[in-house]
Amino acid sequence: MQNHNLFYQNKSSRNITDIFLTSISFLFALFAILPLILVVSYILFKGGSQISLDLFTLEPNPPGDEFSAGGINPALVGTLIITSIASLIAIPIGMGGGIYLAEYSKGGLFARFIRFGVNVLAGVPSIIAGVFIYALIVSTKIIFGSTYSGLAGGIALSILMLPSVIKTTDEGLKLVPNELRQASLGIGASMYTTILRITLPAAFRSIATGVVLGIARAAGETAPLIFTALFSYYYVSGFEDLFYEMGSLSVLIYNFALEPYDVQNKLAWAASFILVLSILFVNIFARILANITTKEKRI
Amino acid sequence: MEEKLTLFKNRKRFGIEKNIDIIFKNTALVLSSFVAIILLGIILVVFFQSFESFSKYGLKFLFTSEWNPVKDEYGAFAAIYGTVITSLFSIFITIPLGVGTAIFITEDFAPKIIREIIGSFVELLAAIPSVVLGLWAIFVMEPFFRGFFALLHSWFSWIPLFSSEPTGRNSLLAILILVVMLLPIVTSISRDTLNQVPKKLRNAAYGIGASRWKTIFSVILPAALSGIMAGVLLALGRAMGETMAVTMIIGNSNAFSWSLLSPGYTISSMLANQFGEADGTQVSSLFYAAFILMILSLLVNIFAQFLVKRFSLKYR
Repeated sequence: MQNHNLFYQNKSSRNITDIFLTSISFLFALFAILPLILVVSYILFKGGSQISLDLFTLEPNPPGDEFSAGGINPALVGTLIITSIASLIAIPIGMGGGIYLAEYSKGGLFARFIRFGVNVLAGVPSIIAGVFIYALIVSTKIIFGSTYSGLAGGIALSILMLPSVIKTTDEGLKLVPNELRQASLGIGASMYTTILRITLPAAFRSIATGVVLGIARAAGETAPLIFTALFSYYYVSGFEDLFYEMGSLSVLIYNFALEPYDVQNKLAWAASFILVLSILFVNIFARILANITTKEKRI
Repeated sequence: MEEKLTLFKNRKRFGIEKNIDIIFKNTALVLSSFVAIILLGIILVVFFQSFESFSKYGLKFLFTSEWNPVKDEYGAFAAIYGTVITSLFSIFITIPLGVGTAIFITEDFAPKIIREIIGSFVELLAAIPSVVLGLWAIFVMEPFFRGFFALLHSWFSWIPLFSSEPTGRNSLLAILILVVMLLPIVTSISRDTLNQVPKKLRNAAYGIGASRWKTIFSVILPAALSGIMAGVLLALGRAMGETMAVTMIIGNSNAFSWSLLSPGYTISSMLANQFGEADGTQVSSLFYAAFILMILSLLVNIFAQFLVKRFSLKYR
């Protein structure tokens, strides 16, 4: 039957196909958010019930202790230290590189090569960074004869952070309108004054957002740490501990999830609770900050 | 006229300021070349460390799955097969899910606030560390799917992929957890490219009477295809290198099996498991395996970048 009127016909095959496909895409979208909801709710439920003061202050007991697994203090402190080392290395190098790409390079062969390299480095599997640092630092004992150390772990993490810092700096600076640069150079400011006083502050928020997200991502990385920083059951007590094995939350989760003992598994859930909540908090905070910036009038 | 020119007589900068400027520029230059140095360093170090194993086993390493430190026999076939099979299967499951989600987010099916919430949820999923997903997979996903896998085996045991009795931890679980990790990558890149497709293409299609999904399939997806492909390839690279969640759930067995229901191995999980306590030729063999993994993921990544460069300007 041919029907030539112009009204919407809900029985025509094209409209039925449309509704069918629309509901499938809705179903897919539901599937896509299901894992996040499930993972976060399990972590809140299983990890949240383990939270106590002891968790933050005690050392973890070695596996085999049936009654109490202790706390995660060394791992928590270790994660903070290792991530700080990684940031201290990756942020200056990455921002310097990003400044060169965005402000000095004129799109020549070198800059194209470096941008390509940044993308390739971002795609290098994280465990390869661990293997590289193992070969370069751990097995050669190049840092004062220490083998596995928190320092080596931090260096391995910094390799993973570097591409994201360069990218956000480069892209943040590229968004700064050229008039600002021209105005600054026009009144006689030198190039470095222009960059440090004018363009970097103008791009500060977008760069900061990207860098903070990069740090949050690095804090959860495990693969580069399992044979560079290894793991430690003992408190971090002084500066010299940097040169010895150091625990971290992510490696604690990995080690204790695979233990056959229930108390250890519970400690892994508690550590996930703290790790995931802080990472999600930083993420949401950074996104809100970024949203405020984009809604404000750009300079 | 002359009065004006005197203004510019002292236009030279002070020596110090000039020097600072030059130093600043060159420091930035050196810092930016660090990326190239690190990248080159990684390739060279892994290559030279694997040299011993390479000269001993040659290409045989790629095709045997013997891994015996006692007899000093090494072959990575099971791990290479596991890497390829888990990443390919997971990406094939992720493509429809991720692109479908991206279409849902970019079209106006639902109120904007709902679509934004779904979009940000998917992006937050990317922030969950892979080791936490592994923990979740061990204690929640594995018990949940146990009965389903038994059914799968009893129905489809004639297909080689489901031919073995399901074990607690197996390759199929690794594929499923990889899907969870790849979903945010594919979705967010697809969403960005779909948003970039010019409005007039859509309006033109509606104007000549195409239905909504006809427009999506014949106009919008083809226009966004290169970007989506690049995202898929990036996700594929990530899948091959993904370590923690896979190591925790794949079962880590070097015995080769076609079946996805038996424990498997990937190159990265092999590295994670053995690197700490290996010595001698085993270390070199692990570096050899790492080198293969690196070459695989480099190729995929470079190809993805090539796609982006080649096709992204078409519709700007």
